[in-house]
Amino acid sequence: MSNMSYEAVMGRKNEIMKKAIGIDYSVFESGSIAFDFEKMMKETGYTLEEMQKIQGETGVGNTPIYELKNLTALARKCSAPGKGARIFLKDEGANPSGSFKARRAANAVFHAKKLGYKGVIAATSGNYGAAVASQAAMHGLKCIIVQECYDSTYKGQPEIVEKARKCEAYGAEVVQLTVGPELFYSFLLMLEETGYFNASLYTPFGIAGVETLGYELAIQMRERVGKDPDVVVCTNAGGGNLSGTARGLKKAGADSKVVAASVNLSGLHMASDTQFNKKSFTTGHTGFGIPFTTWPDRSDVPRSAARPLRYMDRYVTVAQGEVFYMTETLAQIEGLERGPAGNTSLAAAFSIAKEMDEDQIIVVQETEYTGAGKHVQPQLSFARDNGIEIKFGNPAEEVPGENIILPSHPEMIKAVDLDMVKIRKSLIKNAVNQVGTTDISEADILFLVEETKTSKEFVLETLKELSEK
Amino acid sequence: MKAKKGDWVMVHNIVLTPEQRAPQVPDDTKKVPLEMWVKGYAQAAAKKGEEVEIETITGRKVTGTLVEVGPTYAHSFGNHVPELLKIGKQLREILFGGDSIE
Repeated sequence: MSNMSYEAVMGRKNEIMKKAIGIDYSVFESGSIAFDFEKMMKETGYTLEEMQKIQGETGVGNTPIYELKNLTALARKCSAPGKGARIFLKDEGANPSGSFKARRAANAVFHAKKLGYKGVIAATSGNYGAAVASQAAMHGLKCIIVQECYDSTYKGQPEIVEKARKCEAYGAEVVQLTVGPELFYSFLLMLEETGYFNASLYTPFGIAGVETLGYELAIQMRERVGKDPDVVVCTNAGGGNLSGTARGLKKAGADSKVVAASVNLSGLHMASDTQFNKKSFTTGHTGFGIPFTTWPDRSDVPRSAARPLRYMDRYVTVAQGEVFYMTETLAQIEGLERGPAGNTSLAAAFSIAKEMDEDQIIVVQETEYTGAGKHVQPQLSFARDNGIEIKFGNPAEEVPGENIILPSHPEMIKAVDLDMVKIRKSLIKNAVNQVGTTDISEADILFLVEETKTSKEFVLETLKELSEK
Repeated sequence: MKAKKGDWVMVHNIVLTPEQRAPQVPDDTKKVPLEMWVKGYAQAAAKKGEEVEIETITGRKVTGTLVEVGPTYAHSFGNHVPELLKIGKQLREILFGGDSIE
């Protein structure tokens, strides 16, 4: 029997992963910072047509788009004359497992079955677990979902407890852990024990699965309003939602601005046992969004196919209170009851719509299902039980972990812009830290231009700044 | 609480003791173990607190401390949150004004 100690198992990481994903990532590597991203996407992913077929066969995709007329009217009441873009919503909650994650899972599970794996494993506390479980059920594969769910007092985040129930409803085994990054250790042990496929969120086929969302969105909007959306807002955590959607928009020939939105959880440590239940959002927040945007290769695969900074035009944050308020708003004036986390981009879009002209179009590209635990009331109730103050006021004053401030009036909903220059420089810094020098090759420089959606001048200037430090 | 052989149960395990935790975890997390809960069919009769082997729904064998027999779901819609009622009322007032229905 092999050594099961933490160090020994982490030491076997690459070997375990290669067996569990079936991709030899080394063929895309240059040996330094750069790797051939597009080659990886091309050789290991699927074409758009293939993905539409794979997803269509399990009822995934082709979700409806709603025009949120009352929300648009509300935004116009809160804007200067002539301002207030038309707001549209792509109802991804209509997918079989209740979120856009069905698109990622459809490809991953199809691929696992094609390669002959008997089962799939995914490490996720989010909607992706249910998506993988649902797809595994359709394909007759076994499924294990590994969740970070509880603090050390066995108090679980209601949203995650609900997702466990949903996975089990689809016949999956759910393994629940307390807080900590060593979840990865348990995950590796299970991959080794079962020989199942690692249905990682970050493989080329998983990310490519979201391209259908962006593509569909562009086609639907052209049919509906005769033009491409001016702005598409994506909730951003690990970056796959934004990367896939933006790639799909490009494949449709749309040049919409792509805006990332995350719930502001600054000040809370994501691996802290005592802070775990002080937050009211377990995904779509800055605790994932910022680190994954500024360095994507921190996931369960050697090279992540989710590289959001390549596609991001703007990155905004919204307060927890704003997202809960918008979730209630969506139900109360649009008659659509959806889960809070998926409405992060909706809160941001409401704010951005107020800056835009009336004849412009902004699209929120997802929703998620709602239910016990995963709903504005239990999540606020849970926060209050954990000592978080809930009140009306100015959400700009919200302090994550201390209070949740619901806007006293919708005009107070205001997305906060993050400094894109700083974020781009941060990615370059992280890349340089990997190799330990700013004296990098021409190929590396060009790679960083792509990674940061900037210019050679910008990358060279940043490298110069870093070398002077 | 007792489980018979074949009952659907939940077991608990310590995956890593505080001393075995990864170096990068924050101090508060380092003070507590990494714990795990899994459900499955008890492979033998056992009392709560005793060690028992289970077979999970995917057929894995896991040994752990019996913590629950017939585990179910207790999550709910939580307690009443009075603030939520105010949001709908305010929005209708802003959009449609007073009692009028557009």
